[in-house]
Amino acid sequence: MADLKIRVLVAKPGLDGHDRGAKVIARALRDAGMEVIYTGLRQTPEMIVSAALQEDVHVIGLSILSGAHNAIVPRVMDLLKRNKMDDVLVLVGGIIPDQDIDALKRLGVAAVFQPGTAMDEIVKFIRANVKGASVPA
Amino acid sequence: MEKKPSKPQVAEDPVAEVFENRHPSAAEKTWAENTLAPTLEKAPEHAIGSPTGINVDEHGRARFTTISGVPIRRLYTLADLPEDWSEEKYLGYPGQAPYTRGIHATGYRGKLFTMRQFSGFASPEETNQRYKYLLEHGGGGLSVAFDLPTLMGYDSDHPASEGEVGKCGVAIDSLEDMEILFGGIDLEKTTVSMTINSPASVLWAMYLVVAEKQGADWQKISGTIQNDILKEYIAQKEYIYPPAPSMRLVIDTFEFGSKFTPRFNTISISGYHIREAGSTALQELAFTLYDGVEYVEWARRRGLDVDDFGPRLSFFFNAHNDFFEEIAKYRAARKIWAQVMKERFGAKHARTWLMRFHTQTAGVSLPAQQPMNNIARVALQALAAVLGGTQSLHCDSYDEALALPTEEAARIALRTQQIIAYESGVTHTVDPLGGSYFLEALTLEMEKGAFDYFGKLDAMGGMVKAIERGYPQKEIAEASYQYQRAAEAKEKVIVGVNEFVVEEEAPHILYIGEGVALQQSAKLKALRARRSNDGVRHALDALKKAAAQDPKLGANAAISPANTMPYIVDAVRAYATVGEISEALREVYGTYTEVSIT
Repeated sequence: MADLKIRVLVAKPGLDGHDRGAKVIARALRDAGMEVIYTGLRQTPEMIVSAALQEDVHVIGLSILSGAHNAIVPRVMDLLKRNKMDDVLVLVGGIIPDQDIDALKRLGVAAVFQPGTAMDEIVKFIRANVKGASVPA
Repeated sequence: MEKKPSKPQVAEDPVAEVFENRHPSAAEKTWAENTLAPTLEKAPEHAIGSPTGINVDEHGRARFTTISGVPIRRLYTLADLPEDWSEEKYLGYPGQAPYTRGIHATGYRGKLFTMRQFSGFASPEETNQRYKYLLEHGGGGLSVAFDLPTLMGYDSDHPASEGEVGKCGVAIDSLEDMEILFGGIDLEKTTVSMTINSPASVLWAMYLVVAEKQGADWQKISGTIQNDILKEYIAQKEYIYPPAPSMRLVIDTFEFGSKFTPRFNTISISGYHIREAGSTALQELAFTLYDGVEYVEWARRRGLDVDDFGPRLSFFFNAHNDFFEEIAKYRAARKIWAQVMKERFGAKHARTWLMRFHTQTAGVSLPAQQPMNNIARVALQALAAVLGGTQSLHCDSYDEALALPTEEAARIALRTQQIIAYESGVTHTVDPLGGSYFLEALTLEMEKGAFDYFGKLDAMGGMVKAIERGYPQKEIAEASYQYQRAAEAKEKVIVGVNEFVVEEEAPHILYIGEGVALQQSAKLKALRARRSNDGVRHALDALKKAAAQDPKLGANAAISPANTMPYIVDAVRAYATVGEISEALREVYGTYTEVSIT
């Protein structure tokens, strides 16, 4: 099926319920013409990857503010690899200390957006970096 | 703002708005025509931020709004107050209903606000050290931040806790941890506030048992549990059970508290998180106070007397950037609550009408960029809270957006409170801004706006019903998105973020590793080997039985036989863990999943 929109899964893993950022980003991406699926709260890495697979998304945005990123992100990346979904662009947003960013990128995270990032910057990054066969031109 | 097109002179006359919907005095008219009009002619006004969107009116002139988007006039005079305005009718005096000017006749002259810094991280041992540090440096009370597993009712060794233990607060699994947390701190002398909601009864029971073991008298100890589940569904989303059983647990604490711990605040009805989630100042005010209404309704349905539990209801507000809007919010809050308790609920005692509140500066307003600037922001926000008459205060640390505070950042935050209290002179006079045309007009506007929301929420059948249909959540999400757009369009200036930006190096932050999880898991293993597991099982079975029953008032003024609190206290004494007690209640009540709104 020819889908003309970039499809994004915005996910809130871990126990944290602070969803202001996730919701604002979801709406901004939608306003920028993307198809956005928001998982809701407290998703396990398994739930996130399974939703990404079912929804056939090009991008996964993980919103993590609680400090659990070092436990969660490696599991998400591993599950993506095992499901041969390496071409999905993975972004992490939230309170991520500078010292953890390199390690996250080595795992395959395309970008880490810290507090204060403009919505527009994220939109531009996705447009410039999204890949995969089904991505609209 | 809608204006009728039938008044074409509005567009041409730059001072027409002075005359619209108000009744300026002859002197003000003369001023507008002779002084204001020529000034505007020579030097037009300029919007703060980009001259687009919210910053222009329908005639293309500069528009000035609060951070919540509320239009603000150039000048306020008596003409902006109701025509029948008088001090007696609208304002009153401090220490008297409706308490607009404060709940104490002497303001801060008799008692300063309590400097209560919210703190907790890593293990109970490390947090205990930080508490002692804060108390040694002049902090007046403690305020416990728990980690996410504790807030969500999981033990540190539960799979869902992976990566979260000790990160956002202190990890507490059992009574043993609570004993360590308050080791060497006299709980009869120190007031403690605990930010705990869904498992509030469990952590409160632990606190009461620790106090008892120290030899403290429950009748004398004082402090606060947040215990405000409604704002969790609305904003912060740290809920476990569905709304109805959650409300029942809250009412159980009201009933237990008014009997056994008469000086303990069994709830802190919180606007803080609603604001942090992106609401306007008015939404924070209206939803928080209406949450208060909802708790009173549920307690009355249990048969409790509003004058018994009412005086133990406390509140918690945000202190955001917009100075006067915030001060108006606090003043309106006191006034509305007094009216609601008196008129809607028929409370007879003045102490039931009083709104006492804690304030915390707006974490969300503190960017990661140029973080030292946050010291100035926090000082202004805290000043607004003090001018608004707060009973206690937390100042955020400048590194709020980056991590939990370092010891240095926490000390500066406490020092900020001390500078306001001891150096600025603002605590010498009760409600020093009272009578300001601007502030009084804003206060009345806030009051009216809040009652408008009350009408809508009443029509929906109360707050639980409104939450189930996503109403407050939608209102907040919309406000938050509008603000973000205005900020990105530079219509709202954020110094160091969208204007006055520099390249900078990352500051030193507090980094919490995974060691706490290992340490807590080892403690749990040892505890489970040491305690009587039969005793734990019996206590949990008894709790489940009570939790499944419908609580009804006991005979001879005794608490309901099915009140869960005594059973939770028994379970805690047997060293049942937070996770085990919460799991027992999950088995009875199930869990809640919200309908996501984006």
